[in-house]
Amino acid sequence: MIDLKDIYKIYVDGDAEIHALDGVTLHIDKGEFVAIVGQSGSGKSTCMNIIGCLDVPTSGTYSLNGVDASTLTEDEQAEIRNKTLGFIFQQYNLIPKLNLLENVELPLIYRGYPPKKRTELATDALERVGLGDRLRKFPSQLSGGQQQRVSIARALAGNPSVILADEPTGALDSKTGLDVLNFLKELNNDGNTIVLITHDNSIAEQAKRIVRIHDGKIIEDRPSERCKEESV
Amino acid sequence: MNFKQSFILAIKSLLTSKMRAFLTMLGIIIGVAAVIILVSLVDGFENLMLDQFDSIGANTITVSLTPRGSTRTVDVEDMIKLCEDNPDVLLAVTPNVSAMASAKIGTEDLSSSITGVSEDYLKISTSEIGLGRFLTYNDISTRQKVCVVGSYINKEFFGGNGINQTLKINGNTFKIVGVLEEVADSTESSSDNKIIIPYTAVRSITAFSFVSSYTFAAKDETMSEQAKAIIENYLFSIFSNDDLYTVASMAEMLDILDTLTGNITAILVGIAGISLLVGGIGIMNIMLVSVTERTREIGIRKSLGAKHFDIMSQFVVEAATTSAIGGVIGIILGIVVSIVAGKMMDLPVSPTPLSILIAFSFSAAVGMMFGYFPARKAAKLNPIDALRYD
Repeated sequence: MIDLKDIYKIYVDGDAEIHALDGVTLHIDKGEFVAIVGQSGSGKSTCMNIIGCLDVPTSGTYSLNGVDASTLTEDEQAEIRNKTLGFIFQQYNLIPKLNLLENVELPLIYRGYPPKKRTELATDALERVGLGDRLRKFPSQLSGGQQQRVSIARALAGNPSVILADEPTGALDSKTGLDVLNFLKELNNDGNTIVLITHDNSIAEQAKRIVRIHDGKIIEDRPSERCKEESV
Repeated sequence: MNFKQSFILAIKSLLTSKMRAFLTMLGIIIGVAAVIILVSLVDGFENLMLDQFDSIGANTITVSLTPRGSTRTVDVEDMIKLCEDNPDVLLAVTPNVSAMASAKIGTEDLSSSITGVSEDYLKISTSEIGLGRFLTYNDISTRQKVCVVGSYINKEFFGGNGINQTLKINGNTFKIVGVLEEVADSTESSSDNKIIIPYTAVRSITAFSFVSSYTFAAKDETMSEQAKAIIENYLFSIFSNDDLYTVASMAEMLDILDTLTGNITAILVGIAGISLLVGGIGIMNIMLVSVTERTREIGIRKSLGAKHFDIMSQFVVEAATTSAIGGVIGIILGIVVSIVAGKMMDLPVSPTPLSILIAFSFSAAVGMMFGYFPARKAAKLNPIDALRYD
């Protein structure tokens, strides 16, 4: 489903060329829970931007659900983000002046769903993350963990093929961070494909497969300890 | 995302910072109000002038003679004969002598205009007789000291029973034989404040005996030019010098008035338009600030699948809504102020639907025009950079 083939992303800074991604080939199947790990500057964010159709590679091909996504226009990228991808960010990235329901409805608005259907789907998603009783609250009235759950609900509402989580626990304390990770596991158990980006090895171990990136290259690709234990 | 959603979003966004929204709108409010007020006042002024011309008649032609040093001259009989010789074009003629005289009723001085005319005046003027009768041929030929007054004098000094009462002009007693129908609002400053006497009687009360001013009426408005030509030809044949007389048709003067007020309106609207332009720049400025402030929001929306057009329309609609609301407030302000100003200046002011429509659509267009640039800036933001923006 996610298929990166020999992806290069090269930035030109004056005379110097910076290889943010240096020949990355990666295949992720439906239903997987993959952690992409690396230190800052390793290229993991660039990798996530390309998987998330927020950026296009300098060379190489990226196909998502069989669609070649490496040569799309901005609007076509937007459409793919809208229909096939759900984003969860470190900073939650909720819009402060919209209430929870409106925040979760946003991707559905851009998808062109009628109001009734939107409200239904958004309410369902918020109920799923345990915030069904706070539809009219505003993000600022919630704790960090709750806000992250809203952003998960927003990612889920459109029933995407892939959920992309970029350091989802980075801004949370370890306990609420764990809650969020457990929730992601649950989603994975329900059959959702999840790609988790993190710099933290212990968090990466919560996924089923770990892909380590260093200097724009994949240096390790293995099942996680958790996965090994479970399969034993 | 459709228009309705963009609109709701725009309203929400405006409500979150009311003071800023109001200040942004202020330029548009002032611009729109200025357009409506200025156009209404010029309109009112034009209407006032037209009202006064109306009492004379659009088919009239005025002739002024200044036969200085000329041995030849024309008199009333010549003018009447000219009229009778051209029955297809000319309807009637009356001398039109402004008497430099002062009128009194009892001991009270009047500010009325005093005009000496012939019995044909009624055929030429649009005035109608309201009470009593008009001057007759007999009054004229026998230099009767009788007069017809405007409704102001009748109401103000005689309580409506002015017939057969008297007033004094330069010490001569004149009997009121008729009252003209009200043409304006019977106030002192209106054309209802006048005294009409036989032109022959003017000679009795002032030193002037030469009738230097005449008013002709063409059969109808369309014949004004033709009538003017006939009169000019005749006068030239007498005087052989066109410096000694002037002939002006009312139609011509109306044209001039029309052009004049049109030009004044254009200049004033231009000035008011500049303030609309400044208002538009104010909107653009605030929208640019708003785009910068909301960079992160734009990044979020883009990551969730907002397309170029979605972001564009959000900001354009917001700018247009701001200026349209400003436009509506400006229209209300403009209407109120122009009505109040009209009352104070005694002008028949009524804001025209056209000026309101123009002001409103112009303000909405200004919003869209000046919203376009910031909106494009927003839509062009790179989602990755926008998401990282603090």
